[in-house]
Amino acid sequence: MASDRIFGLVTLITAVAYIAAATQIQTNFFSGQYLPKLFPIMIGTVAAIASLVMIFKPDPEPEWPATSAWINMAIAVVVLALYSVFLKPLGFILPTAFAAGIISYQIFPRKLSALCSGVGLSLGLFVLFKFLLGLGNIVAYRIPTAAKLREAISTLIPFVGH
Amino acid sequence: MDILADLALGFSVALSPYTLMLAVCGCFLGTVIGALPGLGPSNGVAILIPITFTLGLDATSALVLMTSVYYGAMYGGRISSILLNIPGDEPALMTTLDGYPMAKAGRAGDALVLSGVASFVGALLATIGLMLLAPSLARVAFLFGPAEYFALYLLAFCTLGGMASNNQAKSAIAACLGLGIAMIGVDASSGLPRLTGGNLHLYDGVDFLVAIVGLFAISEVFVFIESHGKGSSIGIILDKVRIPWADIFSTKWTMLRASGVGFIAGILPGAGASLGSFLAYMTEKSIAGEKGRFGTGVPKGIAAPEAGNNAAAGGALVPMLTLGVPGSGTTAVLLALLMTLNITPGPTLFTERPEVVWGLIASLLIANFVLLLMNVPMVKIFVKILTVPAWVLLPGVTMVSFVGIYSLSGSYFDLLMMVGFGMLGYILRKLDIPTVPVILGILLGGHMENALRRAMTLSDGDVMYLFSSPIAIGFWIAAISGFVAPMFLRKILTKPQAVKD
Repeated sequence: MASDRIFGLVTLITAVAYIAAATQIQTNFFSGQYLPKLFPIMIGTVAAIASLVMIFKPDPEPEWPATSAWINMAIAVVVLALYSVFLKPLGFILPTAFAAGIISYQIFPRKLSALCSGVGLSLGLFVLFKFLLGLGNIVAYRIPTAAKLREAISTLIPFVGH
Repeated sequence: MDILADLALGFSVALSPYTLMLAVCGCFLGTVIGALPGLGPSNGVAILIPITFTLGLDATSALVLMTSVYYGAMYGGRISSILLNIPGDEPALMTTLDGYPMAKAGRAGDALVLSGVASFVGALLATIGLMLLAPSLARVAFLFGPAEYFALYLLAFCTLGGMASNNQAKSAIAACLGLGIAMIGVDASSGLPRLTGGNLHLYDGVDFLVAIVGLFAISEVFVFIESHGKGSSIGIILDKVRIPWADIFSTKWTMLRASGVGFIAGILPGAGASLGSFLAYMTEKSIAGEKGRFGTGVPKGIAAPEAGNNAAAGGALVPMLTLGVPGSGTTAVLLALLMTLNITPGPTLFTERPEVVWGLIASLLIANFVLLLMNVPMVKIFVKILTVPAWVLLPGVTMVSFVGIYSLSGSYFDLLMMVGFGMLGYILRKLDIPTVPVILGILLGGHMENALRRAMTLSDGDVMYLFSSPIAIGFWIAAISGFVAPMFLRKILTKPQAVKD
């Protein structure tokens, strides 16, 4: 009930904002005055109507996970976001070992199995991609330096600030 | 005998040792992907696309590899349905209804072999149907103008929303979400950015592969974290696998009927394999009546959904190849593959790139035989793979997804966006909002808008132009009834719930 209503409200606001943004789309001589705006406005309108239906006719409440599972998922999100940023400056092996290990621990909380899957996956996938599939340019191994680390962290700051 | 000549061309492409090797690899990989719980055809194929792309395979080889993976995953989905009572993907849900009870009754081997044969029959007949039907549909598609295409895309979203989900409003929101995302980026006609919020990373638009991998693969990680990977242990002992000739023989009509039903369901744009297996199962159930004892582990209850599911998988390729409108989640992913390879599906594909189409069809036929050979005698190997624990599998899948998406553009922004789509996917799944319309929206949004814009330019802004031809009106009627009718039919067409232990 409540979840559907909240989600409907969020999509409704998004849809209205989307329509507002669509009316501001810049046009020029080549595109005509209204064509670039037409379809986005139509989408926004349909989404707004559907959101209203969702608010007024919600489905039964889904089974949300317990707080501990939410915390675990939040940790996983942070780990994956950090992994996204550190993959390039730190090379493949080190970030992958950490990320895979932590995700593994979130799914099955036992230290030994997490350690094994982290180390095993990072080395195994490194060998697979670099030597069997020849994608060495993507999974290069780099020695982390302080400058690279600083650069990676600085790319994260705009996202943290948001 | 155009078809034979075309088919000969196809086999000349597909029978080279290299492509044959790719087909065998693809089938094996696909069956593994389909069998592993938490990895279905959609996310399996989605993860592999960027990697195939980076490997630098040419269009035909990449297509052969990925369609073998696709068919393989369709075959493999039944293994976890039967042994674990966990459908590897949505269409395999129907197979759990009779497959799991039969396995519990000590006939796991029989159930696996029978479903393998049923899959083969369904897929083979559907591939033949594809061969016969697709070229003539491609000829009809030449008559389509922008108004017809716009209505056709609408039809795809409406039938998908009407049939594949439980709540029309939710599937409409999902479709709008996808379409809305597709609008982001530089507008092709004016050259000016649209809806980017001034973010330079978004000027190129949102790559559909980022969205697909995020929504399908990364969201799975969150689902597993929530459930702590429970329920993935095999409680069923698989002893000697023999071929149950009697069961196969007694279900021959069931398989044929189910293949027909599944194929037709697959052709409907937007409906896809889930509907195919569902309709096939329900048809057989009503034909057999009370005495059929469906749901208690009868052979017909396994043969029908598997044949229907695989026939629908083949049928779904018909609209995808001829019209560029995918019929299911996985064909949407295959459409993404074609677009990545710079092949535009549609009627012109058959005349301009016959080697691609017929090579694809020939390799589907080959893949089918390879899969039958692989799945019947070697089924024990795949059962072993099921014992890979979730705490290795899911991190592995995540890391492969990251490498794949990273290989597309080398940008951290795409990776962050993928994580974002993963979270979105988890929430959508929790709220029972289908994710396939989102994907379809991102894939087709650009085409749909182009059709609308061309229609408006041609008619000088006259809205009635959209309803100006009989074909377009037919699509509009089908779209509206496909969206509205399930609201009233829902009480009749309730899906049977999975069997509980």
